[in-house]
Amino acid sequence: MKLTVWTYEGPPHVGAMRVATAMKDLHFVLHAPQGDTYADLLFTMIERRDHRPPVTYTTFQARDLGSDTAGLFKASCMDAVERFEPKAIIVGSSCTAELIQDDPAGLAETMGLTIPVIPLELPSYSRKENFGADETFYQIVRHLAQPQDRTAQISCNILGPTALGFRNRDDVVEMKTLLAEMGVAVNVVAPLNATPDDVARMPAAHFNVLLYPETGEAAARWLEKNHDQPFTKVVPIGVGATRDFIAEVAAITGLPCALDESRLRLPWWSKSVDSTYLTGKRVFIFGDGTHVAAHARIARDEMGFEVVGIGCYNREMARPVRALAKEYGVEALISDDYLEVEETIEALAPEMILGTQMERHIGKRLGIPCAVISAPVHVQDYPARFSPQVGFEGANVIFDTLVHPLVMGLEEHLLTMFRDDFEFHDAAGPSHHGGHSPLPTEDVSGGSLEDQIKPELPQDGNVIWLMDAEKELKKIPFFVRGKAKRNTETYAQEKGLGEISLDTLYEAKAHYAR
Amino acid sequence: MNDLSPPQGGGCRNAPVLKERGQREVFCGLTGIIWLHRKMQDAFFLVVGSRTCAHLLQSAAGVMIFAEPRFGTAILEETDLAGMADAHKELDREVARLLARRPDIRQLFLVGSCPSEVIKIDLARAAERLTQIHAPHVRVLNYSGSGIETTFTQGEDACLASMVPVLKDTQARELMLVGALPDVVEDQMVSLLSAMGVDNIRLLPARRIDDTTAIGPNTVFALTQPFLGDTHAELVRRGARHIAAPFPLGEEGTTAWLAAIAQEFGVSKETFDTVTAAPRARARKAIAQASEALQGKSIFFFPDSQLEIPLARFLTRECGMTALEVGSPYIHDAVHGPDLDLLAAGPQISEGQDVDLQLDRARAARADLTVCGLGLANPLEAEGLTTKWAIELVFTPIHFYEQAGDLASLFARPIRRKAALRLEAAE
Repeated sequence: MKLTVWTYEGPPHVGAMRVATAMKDLHFVLHAPQGDTYADLLFTMIERRDHRPPVTYTTFQARDLGSDTAGLFKASCMDAVERFEPKAIIVGSSCTAELIQDDPAGLAETMGLTIPVIPLELPSYSRKENFGADETFYQIVRHLAQPQDRTAQISCNILGPTALGFRNRDDVVEMKTLLAEMGVAVNVVAPLNATPDDVARMPAAHFNVLLYPETGEAAARWLEKNHDQPFTKVVPIGVGATRDFIAEVAAITGLPCALDESRLRLPWWSKSVDSTYLTGKRVFIFGDGTHVAAHARIARDEMGFEVVGIGCYNREMARPVRALAKEYGVEALISDDYLEVEETIEALAPEMILGTQMERHIGKRLGIPCAVISAPVHVQDYPARFSPQVGFEGANVIFDTLVHPLVMGLEEHLLTMFRDDFEFHDAAGPSHHGGHSPLPTEDVSGGSLEDQIKPELPQDGNVIWLMDAEKELKKIPFFVRGKAKRNTETYAQEKGLGEISLDTLYEAKAHYAR
Repeated sequence: MNDLSPPQGGGCRNAPVLKERGQREVFCGLTGIIWLHRKMQDAFFLVVGSRTCAHLLQSAAGVMIFAEPRFGTAILEETDLAGMADAHKELDREVARLLARRPDIRQLFLVGSCPSEVIKIDLARAAERLTQIHAPHVRVLNYSGSGIETTFTQGEDACLASMVPVLKDTQARELMLVGALPDVVEDQMVSLLSAMGVDNIRLLPARRIDDTTAIGPNTVFALTQPFLGDTHAELVRRGARHIAAPFPLGEEGTTAWLAAIAQEFGVSKETFDTVTAAPRARARKAIAQASEALQGKSIFFFPDSQLEIPLARFLTRECGMTALEVGSPYIHDAVHGPDLDLLAAGPQISEGQDVDLQLDRARAARADLTVCGLGLANPLEAEGLTTKWAIELVFTPIHFYEQAGDLASLFARPIRRKAALRLEAAE
C-alpha cells in the first residue's frame, strides 16, 4: 500500500483507452464499475474531442456482484457491436473487474462474433498507463497485421501517437513533412486516426519510425521480428536529434540526407547575443523518459544551460535515463512520487525546471520558473496553434517554450539594480507575464512598503462601507471582488446612498445580475 | 404563508417513472471528496483503493489543487492483493505517517472504493482500531465512496451518514441544517433564520470537529441538498424529525423551504414577511433579468447529481422553461416528493440510466439546453446541441435568495454564448 497524492500516470486501462480513442472503427468493451466512466472526460475535456471515446463500460454495481457480472459483460459486448458496428473490438478489465476474474477475453471468444476480438491483459496493480497503451497497440498490431509485399516507393509507418498524448497531433504533421522532404512515403500512422484495415496493411512499409517509445515500442519490436521492418531509435526532438534522425533514416533507406534547414531558427536564436543570459542556467529536467532524454541534450547543447538533475516517472525508461544521467554527471531520479520530486527540486534549487504540469505547480510554490515538456497532459497542452515538438519546427517551438518562463536578460539586470522599487521588484516575476504576483508588504531592506502602495481600490466619494457589508465582500473570490466592489459603489452612488449595507451589496448584485 | 400552489393539471409526484439499467455515464461517490475536504477544514480523506481512484480524484478536480490537498489515496498493490502483506498493518502504517506529517488533522475519513470492497477490507474495523490509537486528538470514521455502491453526490451522503452515529446526544429543541454548502451561502441561510428568531441552529457537516453538533428526539432537521437520503435515514434513526420541503433553489424554493421551518418554529407571518420581503424581491428581480434567455426554451436533464428535480422545478416555474426529460440517478419520495409536487406534469421523469438509449432520446428531443456530464458535453455540442455541464452546479454557490439570479445565469450562459458567437464565414 502506498499513499499517493497526485499521479503521473493513470491505470493501464486508461492507456488502452488512449489507443482505442485514437483509432477509428475500433471499439473497446471495458468491464468496469460505474464511476470508471470518468475517463471519458479526459478526452472530451482535456483534449476537447468532439466524439465520445469508443468505449462501452459494463458499469456493474454491488448488487450485480452476487449474480451475473459475466452475463452483463456479454450483453454489453453484444449491444456495443450491434450499435457501433466496429471492424474490431478490444476487451479488457479495469482494476475492480480484474479482481472479480470474469475473464472478458474468454467470454468474448465464446460469443461467435464475426469481427476480430482482441483480448487485453492489463495488470492494474502492478503496471500503469503507458504500459497499457504500449501493450494495447502491440496486441492490436499482432492480431491484425497481415503479411504482404512492400510498397513500390520507399515507405514507413509512424508508430506511437495516441489520443491524449503530448503534442502528438502536431508531431505527426511535422514528421510527415520531414519524411516527404526526404522522399519517404508514409504508409500508415498508428494508432492515431488509424482503422483496423490500416493496421492490417502496416507490413507493406519498408521500415517504422518509432515516434514515442512509451506507446509504440512493443509493436515496433514485434514488427521488426515478424515482418522484418527495422525501426528508428532516435526520437527527433531538438536540432541535433533531428539531424541524427535524418541520418538514421538515410542509412536505413539509402536516400540522401541533405535537408533544407532554412526554416530552422533555434541555432541562430540561441547564438544571438540576446540569449547570452541563458548561459549556464541551472535546469532540472523531469517527465517521461523520451522527452527527458531529448530535453537534456537540447538544454546542454542547444540552449547552453547546465543540467543539474534529470529523472523520469515511467519505470520502463529507468535504464536509459540512468545511463544518460551518468553521461551528464548527475543523479537520476526514477520516481512517480510527486513529493519526492518536490524534495529533489528543493534540494537542487535549480533556476528553471523543464517538467510536467506537476513540476509547474512545484515551481509555482518554490518560485522557480517551469516550462512544460512532457505528459501528463493538461488542457493547456492543447494549444489551438501548430506547436509540434519534433523536427525543425519542433525545435523552434521548444526554444520559445524554454525562454518564455524566464525573466529576460536586461530585465534581470534592472531588477538587480532597482530591487527596492515597489512596482518592479523580483518577487513580481517576469514583466511580460502580467501582474499576478502580490506586492510584498515589506521591502528587502526591512522597511514597510505600506505607505508607498496605493490602496487596492480607492474609496470613492462619500460612500462608506458598513462592517457587515465589508465582511461579506471579503467572502467573494478575489478575482471578482474588485468588480463586485465597483458595481456596488456605482449602484450606491446612483441611488444617492451614503452607506453600503449588506442589503445594498445584494441589491447591487441583483441589479447587475446577468 | 406563501403563494406556492401546485400546478394545475397536477405535479409529477405520481407520474410514471422510466427506470433504466445499463451503462451509466456518472462519477462515483469519491468525487464528493473534492468539495468535502474544503468544507471540513480539519478533515483528511484517505481513499483505500487503486490507481484509478487516485486518477479520478485528480481528473475530477480538473485544475489540480496543489496546495497540498487534504485527500490522498492508499493505492493497493499486488502484495496487498496476494495476501503477502496484511492490508490492515499497511493501512496503520500509512495513517500514522500521514497524521505525523499533518498534526492539524482532527478527523480522518477512511473511504472505501470498488477494489477495497470487492476484496472486503473491513474499513469499519480499521476505523475503530485507528480511533483507539489516535484518540482523543483524531477521530477516524469510514464510509464508502465506491462506484459499486454510490453515484456521484451519494458520496457526500455516505460521508455525512457516517458522522450521524457519533454525534453527541442532546434533549434540546434544535434545528439541524444538513448538507455541505459554500460558507457564504451557509452564513446567509443562518442569518435569515436568526432574523426570524430561529436560533439553536446546528450544521452538519460542521466546519471543524470542535463545532460540535448534537442530536436527539427534539431535534428537527432540514436538508439543503436533495441527495442526502441515507443521512436522512440515519438522522431519523437517532430520533430526529425531518421537515419536508422543496429545496432552497430559486426564490420560490427558498421561500417554501424557509416557510416550512418557520411554521415548525411558530414564526409569525408578519415576521416571516419582514425578513424575507427584501431578499425575495431581489431574487425575483435578479431571476427576471438572468432568465431572459431561458424564457420559452426547452431543457433535457441527464442524471448526475440528484439536483435535477429541484432544478427542473426552478427552471420551469421561475424561468419559463419547458422540461422534456428530467433524469435523476435516484429518486426518494421523502426527499424529492415536495419538488415533484410542484413540477407540472409533462416531462418524462427517469431514474437510472442506459446512456446510449438516453442519448437517442436527447438527440430526438433536441432540447434548447441539455444538462449533462463532462464526458457528453463536447460530443453533444459537436452535434449542434447546446449543453450545460452538470458538475458546475455542485461547485458553484446556487442556494438561497442571493444566488437565485446566479443559478439562472448558469443555465442562460451557454444559450447566450451560442447567440453571441458568429463563427460561420460571412457570405
